[in-house]
Amino acid sequence: MCTVTPISQTVGANRIVPTVAIPHPFGNPSLSMDDEYKLRYDIVEKGLQTLVTDIDGQTVFE
Amino acid sequence: MKLEVGEIQINDIQIADESKISDGVLYVSEQDIKDIVLEDERFASVSIDIARPGDKTRITPVKDAIEPRAKVDSTSGVFPGVVNKVNEVGSGRTNALKGMAVLTVGEIVGFQEGIVDMSGPGADYTPFSKTNNLCLVIEPVDNLEGHAYEEAARLAGLNVAKFLGELSTELEADEVKTYETLPIFEQAAQYPDLPKVGYVYMLQTQGLLHDTYVYGTDAKHIVPTILYPTEVMDGAIISGNCVSSCDKNTTFHHLNNPVIHDLYARHGKDINFMGVIITNEAVYLADKERSSDMTSKLAEFMGLDGALVTQEGFGNPDTDLIMNCRKLEAKGITTVITTDEYAGQDGASQPLADADVAADAVVTGGNANEVIHLPAMDKLIGMYDFVDKIAGGFDGSLKENGEITVEIQAITGATNELGFNKMSAKGQ
Amino acid sequence: MSKKVVHYINQFYAGIGGEEEAGTAPFKEDGPKGPGMGINPQLQDAEIVGTVVCGDDYFNEKDSALNEVMDMIKSYDPDLVILGPAFNAGRYGMACGKIGATVMEELDIPAVTGLYEENPGTDIYRTLLYVTRVGDSAVAMRDAIPTISNLANKLLAGEDVDPAVDAYHERFRKNYFTEKRGSERAVDMLVAKLNDEEFKTEFVMPDFDRVDPETAIEDLSKATIAIVTSGGMVPAGNPDRIESSSASKFGAYSIEGLDDLVEGEWETAHGGFDNTYANEDADRVIPVDVMRSMEKDGIIGKLYDTFYSTVGNGTSVANSKAYGEAIGKELKDAGVDAVLLTST
Repeated sequence: MCTVTPISQTVGANRIVPTVAIPHPFGNPSLSMDDEYKLRYDIVEKGLQTLVTDIDGQTVFE
Repeated sequence: MKLEVGEIQINDIQIADESKISDGVLYVSEQDIKDIVLEDERFASVSIDIARPGDKTRITPVKDAIEPRAKVDSTSGVFPGVVNKVNEVGSGRTNALKGMAVLTVGEIVGFQEGIVDMSGPGADYTPFSKTNNLCLVIEPVDNLEGHAYEEAARLAGLNVAKFLGELSTELEADEVKTYETLPIFEQAAQYPDLPKVGYVYMLQTQGLLHDTYVYGTDAKHIVPTILYPTEVMDGAIISGNCVSSCDKNTTFHHLNNPVIHDLYARHGKDINFMGVIITNEAVYLADKERSSDMTSKLAEFMGLDGALVTQEGFGNPDTDLIMNCRKLEAKGITTVITTDEYAGQDGASQPLADADVAADAVVTGGNANEVIHLPAMDKLIGMYDFVDKIAGGFDGSLKENGEITVEIQAITGATNELGFNKMSAKGQ
Repeated sequence: MSKKVVHYINQFYAGIGGEEEAGTAPFKEDGPKGPGMGINPQLQDAEIVGTVVCGDDYFNEKDSALNEVMDMIKSYDPDLVILGPAFNAGRYGMACGKIGATVMEELDIPAVTGLYEENPGTDIYRTLLYVTRVGDSAVAMRDAIPTISNLANKLLAGEDVDPAVDAYHERFRKNYFTEKRGSERAVDMLVAKLNDEEFKTEFVMPDFDRVDPETAIEDLSKATIAIVTSGGMVPAGNPDRIESSSASKFGAYSIEGLDDLVEGEWETAHGGFDNTYANEDADRVIPVDVMRSMEKDGIIGKLYDTFYSTVGNGTSVANSKAYGEAIGKELKDAGVDAVLLTST
């Protein structure tokens, strides 16, 4: 789970989930605490979803 | 746009009652410097010190290095939008104080500031062992927030460099060099038989201590744009970053960008140097995509046959570098890139975070992880408190007797990716 | 006086026999033998003074084999050791690699072997001795002999060697000072590339390895999930002193009983990004608050109570790989089913 997904692809990660930004992958300081938590929740949910999904090769879960 | 740079050689710096330049010696009044720096209420104190080539002196943590410059007979000023008002620069006449630098030194904000040794093995790796250095040792007021401290330190160095540069405006230059780039159609027509070459200048823009400013604006918010090369010589681009200090472009590096100078050296002979495309290295993927799209599009728009791309920093900017290279090559623009390496202390690991087959012409500034042993020095300018923490340092880097064992990434400018140094790495 | 070379070969190339003789105990013979007969005449001011032979099974199965072989090599007081070439023979390649690496390390003299690209010994030992690039079987012997001999001659003469010119796997990168500054080298390279003239890149783009994707887990609500990060999150004060760049270690930290990571108790050791936001709220790098709430809601079975952290800034791929393997093993032993790997 990272921001610069092209690097993850180059280095060979299989389940790749894009995140927000390099210094705050699971957050956005410009949002309110509540909204930021919701954003984080959604990204984590997406990450967990990849774990129950079978894949053939490298996949970016946009 | 045509710029004359009047070079004034500074062979020594002396502390004196009155600030002036005379017979190649810069005399500096400590009071003048204090007046300039302490006008900013974010500083508690400043002291000045001088380091000369060959001295048994160590300077750390070094933030920025700046060559003093001043516009002569012009309404615009150097470092526009920062310490002079925003005004187009890059033409007319500029004086530059050669052989010296202003170094800002002070406690660290992050981990990034570097080490400059004036003699010994470490001196071979930094360009600032070869300059006479006026060191500003600054101390912020208590509890100054990181971004504010970084900004204050940046401005202090630039204000002092501006002040010193202005001491030269009445002086006869030792040498005058002229650089000229024509408007795009005229430039293309000047050497119709030579390949049109552009310089893609990547600027580090990743947040605190990783920023760069263009005419005063934070480059993370720009879309790539075109500059005349001479604008850079007048301080249109300044450093707000010390990433790992080995591959940071200090303001000194920007002012003296070696790629611009070496492209001018072949201009009209082997190539037609068309101009500079500046782009950034953002922390959002969409920004990376947009900036590299814009960069290759501008290169195409300028009708370039070839491009030279320089990276700043490492890690995720490797992706910006590779994106730029891939997209330029895809448009049929012959591309060479410059980078540096993180191949591990033993040099046996893979050195880049990203790669592509299109990147078949690469110049490297060397392996930043290589370890160096720096002997103790007689004199320290700054403080030792942070040696174990700065990038390239590790627990136990600093011995009690002042010896330091660090990766060369802790040395200011050691693996510079503008190709400022005479260093490379090769396979063994 | 001519320099002394020792040659190491297996039972097959010594003419003793194939698989059925792979248990042959080590022995030595003066002078060249087997492929050494081809190599010896090509050596300049040097000769093969002795040949050490060992069966492939013996070497790979007997703990004492390495010492026995090393003692025989040392008995000739060599200036250089040649091993194989082993082409694509796995056990033979591993033996050549291990012995050669030990020779370089303990005797501080060069060791040269020849292995096929896909020989497992290539990947494991290429940084530890000179592994020349040879074909995949003994058919390639005719090409392998001059390659190995040329490199051995250069090393014996103390000449500079180059992985590309001398056809061996790059062992490591080393900095050196150049005549021209980098920008001038780059402009030279660009002019040459524009003119379709020959140029030599200073860095060849790497190949990254690939792994097959793991099958999906079946039921999240029964799974134990751990968090691992390269974002450098550590307890305040960085107790393990993980470096801000080029990390030499990783840390394991308890989040047992924590529902939320609070400012002041956590920080990032990472020196490669603006750390303001991570220090304000560590959940922005390791989403413990969300994962804990999902655990309470039964969406996941359990959030593993320890997270692992290192700094991915300027840290070599080789080190990262080693940390990944170590962390993976600990998590597996602890019965963890899956990992969210977060990166800055």
